[in-house]
Amino acid sequence: METRHPAMIRVMSMIAFMLFWQLAVMLFKPDLLPAPLAVMQNLFGHISSGELPHHLAITLRRIAISFVFAMLLGSALGLLMGHFKRFDLWADSLMTLALNVPALVTIILCFIWFGLNETAALIAVIVNKTPNIAVTMREGARAIDKRLLDVAKAYQLPALRTFGKVYLPQLYPYFLAAARGGLALVWKIVLVVELLGCSDGVGFQLSLFFQYFDITSVLAYTLAFACIIFAIEGGILRPWERRVLQWR
Amino acid sequence: MALTYPIHIHSKTFSNESTPVIRDLEVALPGGEFVSLLGPSGAGKSTFLNILAGLDKDFEGNAALKQENGQPARISLMFQEPRLMPWLTICDNIMLVCEGTKTQRKHQALHWLQQVGLSGAENQYPAQLSGGMLKRAALARAFAYEPDVLLMDEPFSSLDIPAADSLRALLTQLHQARRITVVYVTHDINEALMLSDRILLLSSHPMQIIRDVAITEPHPRNVQSPALLALSQGFKQALTHPA
Repeated sequence: METRHPAMIRVMSMIAFMLFWQLAVMLFKPDLLPAPLAVMQNLFGHISSGELPHHLAITLRRIAISFVFAMLLGSALGLLMGHFKRFDLWADSLMTLALNVPALVTIILCFIWFGLNETAALIAVIVNKTPNIAVTMREGARAIDKRLLDVAKAYQLPALRTFGKVYLPQLYPYFLAAARGGLALVWKIVLVVELLGCSDGVGFQLSLFFQYFDITSVLAYTLAFACIIFAIEGGILRPWERRVLQWR
Repeated sequence: MALTYPIHIHSKTFSNESTPVIRDLEVALPGGEFVSLLGPSGAGKSTFLNILAGLDKDFEGNAALKQENGQPARISLMFQEPRLMPWLTICDNIMLVCEGTKTQRKHQALHWLQQVGLSGAENQYPAQLSGGMLKRAALARAFAYEPDVLLMDEPFSSLDIPAADSLRALLTQLHQARRITVVYVTHDINEALMLSDRILLLSSHPMQIIRDVAITEPHPRNVQSPALLALSQGFKQALTHPA
């Protein structure tokens, strides 16, 4: 009974949260927390003025570019580390270092070294995210079942078929985990990057609203952003997961 | 049949051992025969199969199976476990090793699934099938590859007795219909007697042939028949007290 309408339950929990928020504001009238209805109104204002779509598009573009590069770079590094012990030994402590450098430090250094520009912003995000993806993909490479690769070898399968049907499917769960974690982290870092060194994007807008103490607008932007991330998760990642892991 | 596959392994030593597992092993596999390698566990039988299958290239000698025209023989290998890809349906698992267009491969896969009695299971995933059905699928895969030589590494050892018996009967039937060369590794004397045209009795450390016996009893066989019982006794003795 509980699991029959999982999508419904997800929506209900959001609605319940909104209702609780609205009621709490109506009851206690706090100074620093606007009601969700006020936030919605504000959101529509920002949308119709065209300013929110503009900044949102810029931020999403940054997220997309840095996400793709971080995934490619991280996967390549991780798979190399997983498959080649010597390379792993060389890279391992550097990886630990990279994982533990605070995002803020990388961002500041990138802006100082490469200037306050788009490239620096993207590099900062990619450098921050790549090690996490590499570590996940290294686990994936280590978990590759050699016995199944032996089947491909014994039957002399063409290299492409071995790669696509025997090797890659073993990595899908790790790709998914890396992509999920990656997305969640990348968009947070992109906002910080924008806040520190860009003159457009959602992060930049948030810093302006912060200076004006405009809480309603901060929440409106957050809401818009959360909706987009929900859409990516529900529209791309979850269907993909269902497709590649249906055999489970 | 004129074709034989000559194999000569001078020596095979694992890097973590000082003495060779296999030394000076010479076998002539007659084309179309069902040959069982019967020996104690750990004798190096699986190693030998891996060498024949081309999975283990770290040895001295010649184990390339060639056809009369000099072309390498097509070799199927059936492992101890079914080793199907869990993310592929049964049909896709068979199609994986087939050649040709997608339609041809599908046709071939369905044909072999029908041959092993798995019609109707083609769209299921391995996790949905029983152990015996998985072995059937692995057998279908091995035959669908259209091999000249089929290598089998104790393929039915983990099954319950009725399932193993019915798979052995199926294997005998398929072998008699196709007449491919089968090299069958086992440590079960009765299984070897049931299936083989020829049994090579092996010693361990290093692996060597201690007896080469042709079995001429017609199929279906009964291991309780006097001739096979006598052979069985002889093998038991030879395995417990190798000369």
